Order: sequence, then structure tokens, then C-alpha cells
Amino acid sequence: MTTTTSRPTPPVSPTGQPQRDHRIGRERPMGGFELWMWLFMRISGILLVLLAVGHTLIMHVPDGGVSRIDFGFVASRWEYPFWRVWDWMLLSLALVHGVNGLRNITLDYVRRAGTRFAINMVFYVLGFAIFVLGTVVVLTFDVSKWPGVS
Amino acid sequence: MAIRARKSKDDYGSIYKGHEGQWSWMLHRITGVAVIFFLFAHVVDTSLVGWGPEAYNRVTAAYENVVIRLLELGLVVAVLYHGINGLKITLIDFFPSLVSRIRSVSLVFTSVFLVATIWVAIVMLQQVWDLYQLEEVVVGG
Repeated sequence: MTTTTSRPTPPVSPTGQPQRDHRIGRERPMGGFELWMWLFMRISGILLVLLAVGHTLIMHVPDGGVSRIDFGFVASRWEYPFWRVWDWMLLSLALVHGVNGLRNITLDYVRRAGTRFAINMVFYVLGFAIFVLGTVVVLTFDVSKWPGVS
Repeated sequence: MAIRARKSKDDYGSIYKGHEGQWSWMLHRITGVAVIFFLFAHVVDTSLVGWGPEAYNRVTAAYENVVIRLLELGLVVAVLYHGINGLKITLIDFFPSLVSRIRSVSLVFTSVFLVATIWVAIVMLQQVWDLYQLEEVVVGG
């Protein structure tokens, strides 16, 4: 029997059907890289509830929501290293969490290994480029480059 | 095979093999995909702050319309759902004995999500309404 995924084969019942409790989610991987990613999704997920849900509520709920956001808003926010660290952690954790989520989905729906590899590579390259762009901007932003603007 | 033949369609729930959990599983995927694709775009638009006020303010001004604001409500609800449902998944994965009380656990998390969604929807729809009236004044005047 050949498998199309690198995922460990689930336990097989005497009838030959894979045994799985459908009341619970994705089965925990047996070990190695997949187990670490399984754990990462949960740990980063807990942190992202604070970082991502917090970020969206801060931006969209108080003081008329996003209509108050302009260059000056970002500039005064990024005067505080706290918000730069928050935004950079949100950027990196959400990207790895999201791209790994996309990888899990392609594992479920894209059967051919070559096609799956190609689709995943697009997400990895895109995710890495976005990570570099966001990191450079959040680290190098310097409001004194635009005198007179606050 | 023999066992499958004896089962009727009802044994598998409403569609294929799912129980109630299939809906939260499906919503978790859909909201997750929506949020990561938004994130790709959002990092690009926010990175324009590195090119100065003119570039950044031009982009944020483009977000100032009623349709985009309604889509943003959808985004916030998607983030809320994915986050709250993700906490449920994590809780059950780390405390598997809770599987026997999955219905109560789901009820608690769904209630938290619904309360949060109603609150956010009231606040954000009020903002959309204010913007709509502002737009009418601009167009009318």
C-alpha cells in the first residue's frame, strides 16, 4: 500500500476501515516534524488569540474604528517599542500558523504529490516575502524621515 | 464492507460522515483561509507607511467606503470565530476527557462567540451607518 501523504497511517480496524473519532478534530501526529507543527499550531494559536483578536478589536472598535487610522496614527503607535514587538510577533506567528494551515489543507485536498509541492511552494515563497517585507518596515520605520508629520 | 452496507445514510449525520463538529471544522477552515489571504494583502498595504504619509494615507482613504467596511466586519467576525473555536480545539486536545462533554463545551464556546459577534456587529454597523451618512452629505453637497 502506498500513501500519498507523509502523515502517519491511522489505526486500522478489523474491517479495514480507518478508526477515527469524528467528534474531535485532526488526529495528533505520532512524532517528528508533524508533531512539532501540531504543537506549534496550538501554542501559537493561544498567543494569536491575544495578538490577532486583540489587534482587530483595537483597530476596529474604539473611537470610530479604522477611520481614525492614518500615517500619524501608525507613527505615534510605533513610537512605543511595545507595539512594534506586538506587531512583529503577530506578523511572524500568524504567517507560520496560516501557511502551515494552508499546508494542512493541501494535504487533505491535493492528492498528487507534485501538484501539492508546487502549491505549497507558492505559499512558502509568498509567506517568506511577506515576512521579510513586514519585518523590514516594522524595524526600520523612522518618522523623522518626514519632518513636520506626526 | 459488510458493516458499511448495514448502515443507513442517517448514521452518518446530515452530510457525509459528520456530526455537529463538522460545521465548526468547516467554518474553522473557511475563516482560517480567509484570514491568511487577508493577512498577505494587509502586510503589503501597511508596509506603505515605510514610503511616507502620502502613499499610506492614499491607501487608507481607499478603505473609507461602506462596502469595504462591511467586508471588514466579516473579517473581524472571521478572526473571532477562528480564535474562539481554536481555543476549543486546543482545550479538547490537551484535555481529551472533555470529549465526553463535547456538547456542553461547544455550547460555551459558541455562546462566547455569539456574544462577541453581536457586540462587535453593533459597534461596527454604527460606524458604517455614520460613514454612510457622511458619504451622502459629500455626494449631496
